[in-house]
Amino acid sequence: MEQKTLVLGVIGADVHAVGNRILDYVFSQAGFKVINIGVLASQEEFIRAAIETAADVILVSSLYGHGEIDCRGLREKCQEAGIGDILIYVGGNLVIGKQDFSMVEKRFKDMGFDRVYPPGIMPEVAIMDLHKDLNF
Amino acid sequence: MQHILLIDFGSTYTKITVVELEREEILGTAAAGTTIDTNIMEGLNQALAQIPEPEGGWNFVRKLACSSAAGGLKIIASGLVKELTAEAARRAALGAGARILEVFSYELTAQDLDKIVAAKPDILLLAGGTDGGNKEILLKNAERLCELPLSLPVVVAGNKTVSSQAVEILKLHHAPVVRADNVMPELNVLDVDSARKAIRDLFLSHIIQAKGLDKAEAFIERVLMPTPAAVLSAAELLAKGYGEEEGWGELLIIDVGGATTDVHSIAKGDPSKPGVMLKGLPEPYAKRTVEGDLGMRYSAESLVEASGHHLTQYLGWSTEEVNAQLKICKQEPWWVPKNQRENQFDTGLGRMAVELAVKRHAGTLEVVYTPFGASYVQQGKDLTQLPVVIGTGGVLLHHSRPTEILGGALFDSAEPTLLKPQEPAFYLDQKYILAAMGLLREIAPLKALRMMKKYLLKL
Repeated sequence: MEQKTLVLGVIGADVHAVGNRILDYVFSQAGFKVINIGVLASQEEFIRAAIETAADVILVSSLYGHGEIDCRGLREKCQEAGIGDILIYVGGNLVIGKQDFSMVEKRFKDMGFDRVYPPGIMPEVAIMDLHKDLNF
Repeated sequence: MQHILLIDFGSTYTKITVVELEREEILGTAAAGTTIDTNIMEGLNQALAQIPEPEGGWNFVRKLACSSAAGGLKIIASGLVKELTAEAARRAALGAGARILEVFSYELTAQDLDKIVAAKPDILLLAGGTDGGNKEILLKNAERLCELPLSLPVVVAGNKTVSSQAVEILKLHHAPVVRADNVMPELNVLDVDSARKAIRDLFLSHIIQAKGLDKAEAFIERVLMPTPAAVLSAAELLAKGYGEEEGWGELLIIDVGGATTDVHSIAKGDPSKPGVMLKGLPEPYAKRTVEGDLGMRYSAESLVEASGHHLTQYLGWSTEEVNAQLKICKQEPWWVPKNQRENQFDTGLGRMAVELAVKRHAGTLEVVYTPFGASYVQQGKDLTQLPVVIGTGGVLLHHSRPTEILGGALFDSAEPTLLKPQEPAFYLDQKYILAAMGLLREIAPLKALRMMKKYLLKL
């Protein structure tokens, strides 16, 4: 079975490096090829990395509450760059304040994200979803 | 007495250096016009005649050469993403001493192919995809290159999964086709050594002959490498040292020429302050950049344009005065300043060339404001703590105040984000021996190192 490739990074002006390292470790252990572009990653960096490495999934983290602004337009840019069908997951503290997560999830799904995770979710959930979505 | 003859067949001048190896002395240096169109040996002999022959005549035990004649080593590179594999391919070619004509990204278009035909490069460098990453681009571009109406030497340095297949495709139409390691095996990991070696091997086996330089090989032994590769090699030796003999540590070499300004840095460039994050493509330890728009004669006009107000401010002249002087410069590439005013102009041009070339070579430190306060992000090399800056090239060597020009390399508190050297010691390659010492390194590295330390002049 061919190894699946993920592009992992923390989007925007977000510098939360610890969670990023943990995710890198966990997904690598789970058998994925992790392309970690680290913190302070722009949408363009995610896309360039995904093109060059022929990635199957883009995994976006956002911990500082500005996720909605940072993520807007990512799907459209992927389409423009020729990788419009790529899976995009997002998770973290996507928004600030006490918001109903189902509303948040809907907003991100409308923006073209395939999976949206609330705060405090375990990586195993995402790994299971990856297996399901990638059929392996 | 055993003598060694070191030759640099330049685009305009053939420069020679005669070394007495035992005493580690330079017996003489000379230059004469390069005669590539007729017989390259004519210029060489003219230069040699300028150095007084010792009693008992010359006893050349080795004769080595490097060359940037006939347009230098012209390369067109291509990759997938402009900022990633295309940029990695560019850096590999620059490190091999090439003159880069074009860098293409994504699928090659009909226009790109036309440009290749018009530019007639010596070598094509084909990259694309990280190892195990994108496969289509390398194969597709290999196929596109088979549509060219000419056969060229090609180096394939892309995704290893398909690079052999790409080589097979290219071999149907091009020769020779060589496979090298991927210039970007992992995302944001640069591995240019194998591609550099492949380019140099092709240079030795094919390009020298194609350029008519082999005519000199009856007299000399070999044209070993392109001149910029020799300079980079000398720089590396001088920085690292050899065996017991210590080097000078990290350093920068600035070569201000008539058409281009080359900058070589031998430095890791790691952040000098704590808490700085690194971004972007990592830089090679031995890094070379070539600024085609920054030159003292052929590129004087673009240099003046690039420096903007800086030049007029520096000189205290009006734009009209600058333009008038520039016109003379352009009409007469061999123009040498004759009075104080012209000297001042030349100094100004040199200073601008150095300022801009080092600015583009050095890294930047940016402050990013996050909800948690300021973060520092570094791109490229931090050269602020660099101890040694060496100047070379005609303008600097014949100038009365070379530090005035080299001062352009210094950190400027008005531009604090540019990581230029803060307090380096300045040296001058007064005898113009760097390329020669890069050649000498091939046969006598220790002596080459000691001679550089002896003959580079501290300013």
